[in-house]
Amino acid sequence: MKIVREALAGTLESSDLLVRIAPLEDGLELVLKSEVIHQFGPHIEKVARDCLARLGVTQALVVIEDKGALDCVVAARVQTAVSRAVDEWTPDWSALS
Amino acid sequence: MTNTIEDRLAGVALPAGLEPFAGVAAHAPHLASREEKHGRKIAKSLEDAIRASGLKNGMTVSFHHAFREGDKTINFVFDTLATMGFRDLTLAPSSLLSCNAPLIGHVKSGVIRRIFTSGMRGKLAEAISNGLMEEPINIHSHGGRVNLMDRGEIAIDVAFLGVATADPFGNANAVTGKSRCGSLGYAMVDAARARCVILLAEEIVAYPNAPASIRQDQVDLVVAVEQIGDPAKISVGAARITSNPRELLIARWAADVMEHAGFFEDGFSMQTGTGGSATATARFLEQKMRRKGIKAGFALGGITGSIVDLQRKGLVGRILDTQSFDAVAAESLASNPDHWEISTNYYANPTSKACSVDRVDMVILSALEIDLDFNVNVITGSDGVMRGASGGHSDTAAGAALPIVVGPLIRSRIPTVVEKCTTVVTPGETIGVLVTDHGIAVNPNRPEVADRLKAAGLPVTTIEDLHARATSLVGTPQPIEFLDKVVGLVRYRDGSVIDVVRQVKG
Amino acid sequence: MKLRRSMLFLPGANAAMLSTAFVFKPDSIMFDLEDAVSLREKDAARMLVFHALRLPVYREMETVVRINPLSTPFGLKDLEAVVRAGVDVVRLPKTDTADDVHVLEAHVERIERECGREIGSTKLMAAIESASGVVNAVAIACSSPRLIGIALAGFDYVMDMQTERGDGTELFYARCAVLHAARYAKIDAFDVVFSDVNDDEGFLKEVDLIKRMGFDGKSLINPRQIDLLHNAYAPTQEEVDYASRVVAAAEAGERQGLGVVSLNGKMIDAPVIGHARVVLRRASASGVRQ
Repeated sequence: MKIVREALAGTLESSDLLVRIAPLEDGLELVLKSEVIHQFGPHIEKVARDCLARLGVTQALVVIEDKGALDCVVAARVQTAVSRAVDEWTPDWSALS
Repeated sequence: MTNTIEDRLAGVALPAGLEPFAGVAAHAPHLASREEKHGRKIAKSLEDAIRASGLKNGMTVSFHHAFREGDKTINFVFDTLATMGFRDLTLAPSSLLSCNAPLIGHVKSGVIRRIFTSGMRGKLAEAISNGLMEEPINIHSHGGRVNLMDRGEIAIDVAFLGVATADPFGNANAVTGKSRCGSLGYAMVDAARARCVILLAEEIVAYPNAPASIRQDQVDLVVAVEQIGDPAKISVGAARITSNPRELLIARWAADVMEHAGFFEDGFSMQTGTGGSATATARFLEQKMRRKGIKAGFALGGITGSIVDLQRKGLVGRILDTQSFDAVAAESLASNPDHWEISTNYYANPTSKACSVDRVDMVILSALEIDLDFNVNVITGSDGVMRGASGGHSDTAAGAALPIVVGPLIRSRIPTVVEKCTTVVTPGETIGVLVTDHGIAVNPNRPEVADRLKAAGLPVTTIEDLHARATSLVGTPQPIEFLDKVVGLVRYRDGSVIDVVRQVKG
Repeated sequence: MKLRRSMLFLPGANAAMLSTAFVFKPDSIMFDLEDAVSLREKDAARMLVFHALRLPVYREMETVVRINPLSTPFGLKDLEAVVRAGVDVVRLPKTDTADDVHVLEAHVERIERECGREIGSTKLMAAIESASGVVNAVAIACSSPRLIGIALAGFDYVMDMQTERGDGTELFYARCAVLHAARYAKIDAFDVVFSDVNDDEGFLKEVDLIKRMGFDGKSLINPRQIDLLHNAYAPTQEEVDYASRVVAAAEAGERQGLGVVSLNGKMIDAPVIGHARVVLRRASASGVRQ
């Protein structure tokens, strides 16, 4: 899926995260800030990257500010951000779970 | 005058080592004048008091932390000590908090060389966790601090004790005057043991000041200061009943555990601690005590308005108060004859002639982490950085008939129940029950308690199950990376070393 | 039969609440995609709830999702997501006629077919929020075998009736009508939310009323209300003792093949036995009343 505009999803409240996604010419760049980065940094990054891969997002700048969200919240916020940043969004629910 | 004393000794050969009487002021020069007799302890300034105390480089100074985040004494005194050029001091307060961040500068400049404390938070704790000090700090419990004093390991040369009112002789308290923190339970042990005791008093009142939490026969010097601390910052919000539904759930189960574990009889005793859940637990207990028609014999430890409220309703006999956590508690301590101020020696020192924690039935305790063996960490966060205090945790856990640890299973994404604690402060063998928002686990060494709680229909499970639930929700946290350097020694209440804290990796 | 005393509302866009609310163990937990979610966050809430429904901890309890009305741009999208995520019950808001349920039912069946979910496994409940809904309550309650209950929603209803919430008089007819429709159709009846979470006394007064009327339970907006409600619905020790004797007598009668069951010389008929079983179920769920 092609990211055509900048989009946001989520909040900076505790147990949530804010995902900012923007078009990028070459490749996928993911920046993660998290208050639990020492304990879960690589894990959160993997969840986010898996989500992006399943949605076929290969070119984007993704900035995540995590406030200790569970995996399911991370996935939901990344997917919502993507859905808001693409031209046409028809959810394939099996790819989202 | 012919009746002189000298004449009476004429011709007497005094035994070796005895000297003849040489006047009433010979050995107490201050008795020579009335002014000197009454005012000799009053120092004009803190600098004068410090000079008079005989403090030298390398000595040990102490403080109390009854004002907690509102303390204005420790930083003020250290700024003065630094200006006066002191170096290599050992800092031995009852505890340190976030407000003590300015001490970082005094460590860097060499004014402070060693630290004994119950805990630390904020920037100072972060800096020490990151290797600020050459020598590791010593972390002790409230009772363990007195033990270390009695063993001579903490030998206080000068105690700087902030008090709200003092008379010119040094009778002092913090239940009268302006900045009333209530109990001076921490300071009382310093006053009784320090070589030199300097009171920093907000107000100097007429003799004799009462009550005398700190007594004239303990005090060397009294100096007037602007402000010793801000009581509004002792514990923001502790007096308010939480509206957080998770805290309420935990509080309700904690009260259920107290009701059904086998100790809820007329005359039982308890320590509920502070914080949202603790306050709510007291409220739930009220209903249970009324229903059963019983009352508590005494409540112990850190005291909040909710305990005072129970006592006013006739549901608690006496309150033994080492630290008043809010204005209601401080006010009650001032006016209620059944609300007693007790020192940490009376409260929790395992080698004192008697300590109250040994008489308490049930205590509610907190935890940053608790592991599968029920060992508890209240010092280091899950990132390995110090951010808590030993306090009375291991003291009450060892003394109480049933220590109950309460807390959410998960904070944000951080699990409270872990395979292995980052740091052990309280040994698991002393913990009876863990109450989380996901269920209750009973230490296998207390099968009779587990049976009683199950029979009462409480959601009892195993700590392994709670751990599995946490893991299924948040995953397994990566282990924290530490360097080899030891930055903190965790002393058990008997002085032994139960764990060490290492420097965190940048 | 499933016990449904407490149905806890969770705002679908609130990540923190979705991440923790299962600890409160209401009889049913209801994720709200409708009024609790702003228009801008409808998509985000739908996604969050989709993922929350798949958490193992939520599989341990009955899950309900209040979708947006199918007449809005969001309703069908909500339905597509939550049926696929395995929700137990879909709650349809603003149900005015039996046809509203029929339309919903057709979509649910199609989605079940598309995603391979067992046909009929998605249950429904209808919220009645208007004069039309109250007048049509019987038809609505009988509109689908998927319906597990109907709920009265007070706020919209009193607006439609050109009045406002007060001491309960304003809901008197609607409560009676919804309750009778549910009992007639042999499904559950749920009462309105009580919105002042700090007024325990007022809440308990309302619970006492609707329990005596015969409602199965109530929609709740704060987890604190769950225990108050469960305790109010819990039978007293005497009621439990009596119910145990009734059920024991009934079982003894069954074993002996007796058509008529009697206790202490008095005949007890089937409804009494049924009620005794409800009492015992409530007692086993949350003990005796304290």
